[in-house]
Amino acid sequence: MGGYSMAGPNATLTITRLTFLEAARRRIALAAFVLGLAFLLLFGIAFYFVTTETGLPTGDDPAGTLLRGQVYNFLCLMGLYAINFLTIAMAALVAADTLAGEISTGTVQALVTKPVRRAQIVLGKWLGFAVLLAVYLALMAGGLMLIVYALAQYTLPNLLPGVLLIYLETLVIMTLTLAASSTFSTLATGGVVFGLWGLAFIGGFVEQVGAVLNNPTVVNVGIISSLILPTEAVFRRAAFIMTSPVAQALGLMNGPVFVASVPSALMVVYAALYLLAVLGLAVRQFNRRDL
Amino acid sequence: MPPAAPRDGPDLTTLAIETTGLRKEFGDNVAVRGLTLQVPAGEVFGFLGPNGAGKTTSIKMLLGLVAPSAGSGQLLGQPLGERAARAKIGFLPEHFRFHDWLTAEEFLTLHGNLYGMALPRLKARLAELLELVSLTPFRKKNLRTFSKGMLQRIGLAQALLNEPALVFLDEPTSGLDPVGRRLVRDIIRDLRAKGTTVFLNSHLLSEVEITCDRVAFIKHGEVVRLSDLKTLVEGETRVTLRASGLTPEVLAGLAELGHDVRADGAQVTLTVSGEADLPALARYLVGHGSDLYALTPQKLSLEDLFVQIVGTDGGL
Repeated sequence: MGGYSMAGPNATLTITRLTFLEAARRRIALAAFVLGLAFLLLFGIAFYFVTTETGLPTGDDPAGTLLRGQVYNFLCLMGLYAINFLTIAMAALVAADTLAGEISTGTVQALVTKPVRRAQIVLGKWLGFAVLLAVYLALMAGGLMLIVYALAQYTLPNLLPGVLLIYLETLVIMTLTLAASSTFSTLATGGVVFGLWGLAFIGGFVEQVGAVLNNPTVVNVGIISSLILPTEAVFRRAAFIMTSPVAQALGLMNGPVFVASVPSALMVVYAALYLLAVLGLAVRQFNRRDL
Repeated sequence: MPPAAPRDGPDLTTLAIETTGLRKEFGDNVAVRGLTLQVPAGEVFGFLGPNGAGKTTSIKMLLGLVAPSAGSGQLLGQPLGERAARAKIGFLPEHFRFHDWLTAEEFLTLHGNLYGMALPRLKARLAELLELVSLTPFRKKNLRTFSKGMLQRIGLAQALLNEPALVFLDEPTSGLDPVGRRLVRDIIRDLRAKGTTVFLNSHLLSEVEITCDRVAFIKHGEVVRLSDLKTLVEGETRVTLRASGLTPEVLAGLAELGHDVRADGAQVTLTVSGEADLPALARYLVGHGSDLYALTPQKLSLEDLFVQIVGTDGGL
């Protein structure tokens, strides 16, 4: 009889590979990329007509350059907002069924009775989704900026830190979905995540209204809702740092997200800690669960 | 004193499975009341009971899928749920569904990787097992295209990848045709020959009767009877006989040779303690002037025993 061996850290990577394979075989990745490509195409066409047929000043004078920069900045942030939404949707969709589905069908039984830790299954899946989302976001944001650069030679300020913040936001959503999926059914997971996301969205809106009305109590209500799920706050921070310096200095709102009250850098730290805590929760829930 | 016998029976000195008072409650519902069980290494052990008797929950507790509410147990000398023991265990779940977008080969590779098997050994086992379960021609096919019987066979191959010391088979023959069932029987026989402990949960009592050394009958999540199948086969036998001249005196004499004598005209049934009693029974009747037309022993089947122990209420 052969010697027995224990699955080492490789078990985590085995699950990660399985996650990629699943995304590819079940055409989830394909659907997301086709949708993303369609969006980029649409954006490219719209951007082309905005730059050529809306009578933007074309001269090299400072006023013209400034105005063009403002318009491009606005359009890019709008595009990134849509990409942000697509990526979040993908994060929630791929992660919602992964544990809940495998638990309900019993698929997970043959996995966890192997000499692996349950945490390795959760972390393996998390890693797989994290890489998948990174590739998706990089392709989408990269494609968007390439289109803009090709048509107008314009680049967003702080592009890399801004996109990294958006990535952090999608990781938070994906991790939250994974944690819910380790506890609830697929459908309930969708409900929980969508509900919390909606709360954060409305909360962010409330915070902005409070800032405009100069009412600190209303702003605080918004901030508290951002603590429950810091995704909107992180996106607004990303949008703020990528807003053109002129608009920033003038306190102008830019892009589709109304940034009157800018979430602090502390909110980013909070989001990162939030992510780790929720990942820990996902592992804990899956460890305790009867399968 | 004879020299130590060659190892052909279970190794009674080590226990593959040992549990004491394992209990599981789901809210107010007690799924397993208190499972106390000992399975020696190398034994083929049948786990029988009506639906809802707590068999699947019991297996899940043994495998660490479900945490017991109370009680304790060991698998291969390790506390339940311990990772080290799982390296030596194979498991074919009941009603399993695998990642059906994998090919047969990819599926076995995945599970081999999870066992932490080195690649050369995994490749060799993969080829061996695909051959064993007759799926070599389908190794590149997606599991989605497999029939229920083929899935059951690939699942079985998965449970044997690491040459386990202990295999749990939960309804291994469900969905299999007679050829497939024979395959499972042959595999279990091979496992026994190699000294592997097999824990078999099956509704097909005839299968259990053929393959198992010992069976436990479960009712309300407790072992109500442990039976050695060898003694079951060799044990009490019900006999039906047809004879003339059965006077009350002759019938009274029959009660000395067996018990539970029931006469119905020329037909009598009684229970004797074994097949060895049959010639004496025939001699007695002939010697006391009866003409014997038929004498038919009826083995107590596992099914009879099951109904006797568990009852016709299904244990509910």
